[in-house]
Amino acid sequence: MFAFFLLSGLFLGWSLGANDAANIFGTAVGSRMISFKKAAIFCGIFVILGSVISGAGASETLGKLGGVNAIGGAFVVAFAAGMSVYLMTVAGYPVSTTQAIVGSIIGWNLFTGSLIDYNSLATIVSTWVLSPVLTAIFSIILYKIVSFYIRHRKIHMFTLDARTRFGLILVGVFGSYSLGANNIANVMGVFVPVSPFSDISLFEIFKLTAAQQLFLIGGIAIAIGVITYSQKVIMTVGTAIFEISPVAAFVVVLAESIVLFLFASQELESLLIRLGLPTIPLVPVSSSQAVVGGVIGIGLLKGARAIQWGLVGRIAACWVFVPLIAALISLISLFFMQNVFQQRTYLPVKYFLTSEAVERVQASGVDVNKFKDISGKEFPNAVIFKGALSEHLSLTSNELDLIMTSAEIDEMKVTQDRIARIPDGWITWEQKKVLEQLIGRAFVHSWMLDKALSELSKEWQFRQGEKAHNEELKRKLAYIHRLFRVNQP
Amino acid sequence: MTVNILKRKIGIEKQVDDFLDQASESGLLCKSGFEAYLKNNMEAFESSLKSINDAEHRGDILRRNLEQDLYRKTLIPESRADVLELVESMDELLGQFKGLLWQLEIEHPEILPEFHEDFRELLQCSVEAVEATVRSARAFFKDITAVADHIHKISHWERESDKISTRLQRAIFKRGDLRLSHRLHLRFFVKQVDRIADEAEDMGDRLSIYVIKRWL
Repeated sequence: MFAFFLLSGLFLGWSLGANDAANIFGTAVGSRMISFKKAAIFCGIFVILGSVISGAGASETLGKLGGVNAIGGAFVVAFAAGMSVYLMTVAGYPVSTTQAIVGSIIGWNLFTGSLIDYNSLATIVSTWVLSPVLTAIFSIILYKIVSFYIRHRKIHMFTLDARTRFGLILVGVFGSYSLGANNIANVMGVFVPVSPFSDISLFEIFKLTAAQQLFLIGGIAIAIGVITYSQKVIMTVGTAIFEISPVAAFVVVLAESIVLFLFASQELESLLIRLGLPTIPLVPVSSSQAVVGGVIGIGLLKGARAIQWGLVGRIAACWVFVPLIAALISLISLFFMQNVFQQRTYLPVKYFLTSEAVERVQASGVDVNKFKDISGKEFPNAVIFKGALSEHLSLTSNELDLIMTSAEIDEMKVTQDRIARIPDGWITWEQKKVLEQLIGRAFVHSWMLDKALSELSKEWQFRQGEKAHNEELKRKLAYIHRLFRVNQP
Repeated sequence: MTVNILKRKIGIEKQVDDFLDQASESGLLCKSGFEAYLKNNMEAFESSLKSINDAEHRGDILRRNLEQDLYRKTLIPESRADVLELVESMDELLGQFKGLLWQLEIEHPEILPEFHEDFRELLQCSVEAVEATVRSARAFFKDITAVADHIHKISHWERESDKISTRLQRAIFKRGDLRLSHRLHLRFFVKQVDRIADEAEDMGDRLSIYVIKRWL
């Protein structure tokens, strides 16, 4: 059954490879600087390396599909996202795989009666504008600088050709590596906890963890997508929007990487924080949308007459359609999965205002008397509970969030055998000691476990102004919740 | 990979430079061959003829290698067609110089001493026009902003060449005592030399288009 479920993850990986290779090598192949064959081989190899080597850092996180709480549901959500990206790839349009996944999860939310994360929807909409605009601006500025440099330094045509080619390969290789590293958790992360693999060690030198083996398979799926089916989208990005010159091809991918690094890299943000420097505000950026913006930027600089605006319009329309199509496919497929194939697609999440939950809400200054009549009642899902709350009182979104998370039933039990499953080095020695103190204790809500942990040690507490620490703690808590959850998916 | 790309780059840059050197050298060889012919120094003429043959042969080899390298290694994709055309045109100019000396060798035209100076000047203009073409081609590869200056000079030498050619043809046809066949024969050689400058100018025109295409 695991192998069957894995298929949809592999399909998603394949679609991702087929569509996203264009973000990295589209302009290089389009400007005829690198042959498609060579680009596909480079991209394939480095995607696999990125997935296995750097993707491992994310092996304790489940990626975007982590919110889907049953493996059958994850299968459908991955399939729907993969299918919507595949349809766009057939048509030759570059789209964001992440946005397809978010759309697909929204389909799952609608089907299961869980709440839709409107923040992620707002993020997607802002990405449609921010990614292309930022990259277009950076491309124009960079192009001006590069062309000034070339003229000023009087670089020989063949030297320029060699350097541009080398630059395109270098940026392409880094891009492929990070494509694998950043996306493998979305493709395979959800299957890590249910994987039957065990660690492999060859002569104690070469080690491959269970997660890495899964990521290797996922990386290979992405690479096969790149090699077998990415040419059409590559040609759209590289030649169809605007006939791009080799130097411009390099400038576009460079601008895309800089925009991703400056505006979407948490690593850079935490480095700036550590150095006590002001941070650049993080904005959602999608590389598929960035590369299109970069090409348009160069086209605008050259007078805009040669830009195929009709195609640009169709691409933009596809950006809007992809999450919608993914949500629709997800919704329909979940219906079939559940009712025709009798597979569990989600674990129902119930809501119950326990006395502890009421106490927690009250402590935050919310008047609990307003919803007295619904406390002590069980609600089968988030939508019904939210409806009941809204019926009784008007709440701000923060208050609503607080009540919803406080009342969510998520039973946990800390046991010795599960603590033993935590990989070495994933949590600190002190954090582990605290967990051991809680052995045998059960919690109705996940936040109760968090509270118990933070009361016992500073290492389990969020800290004011320490974003990197807090992000890491959030990831660790999400892992701990999954580990001690009584109802495992 | 890096080493390969860089090695390839150095090789091809040298080939281009060598090829342009052959074109430039053939102009000088043609000039000295023509001078020897006018002075009736047939030994020196034969030697120039041999040298220009060798230069043309080296040019052909370099051109073929260049063309093959450009295609096989898929170099400079956006300017490849233009560079190939440029190399072909340059090769034709080289061929024109060689052709002129060969025609002198085959046809042995009787060039009267009163026309010698004009013929020298005419050939000098064509050689200068080709020199300017070679310089603009070098600039096209190395310093695109300088191409326009050289192209301007090609035009200058072509105009000069036209003036001399007209003057010379008039002088030839004014000599009623010469047979018509003799006059026509001399006119053929005037045209032959003048054509070199014309072709250099055509190449300059094409170069200015390539520059617009390559302008970043």
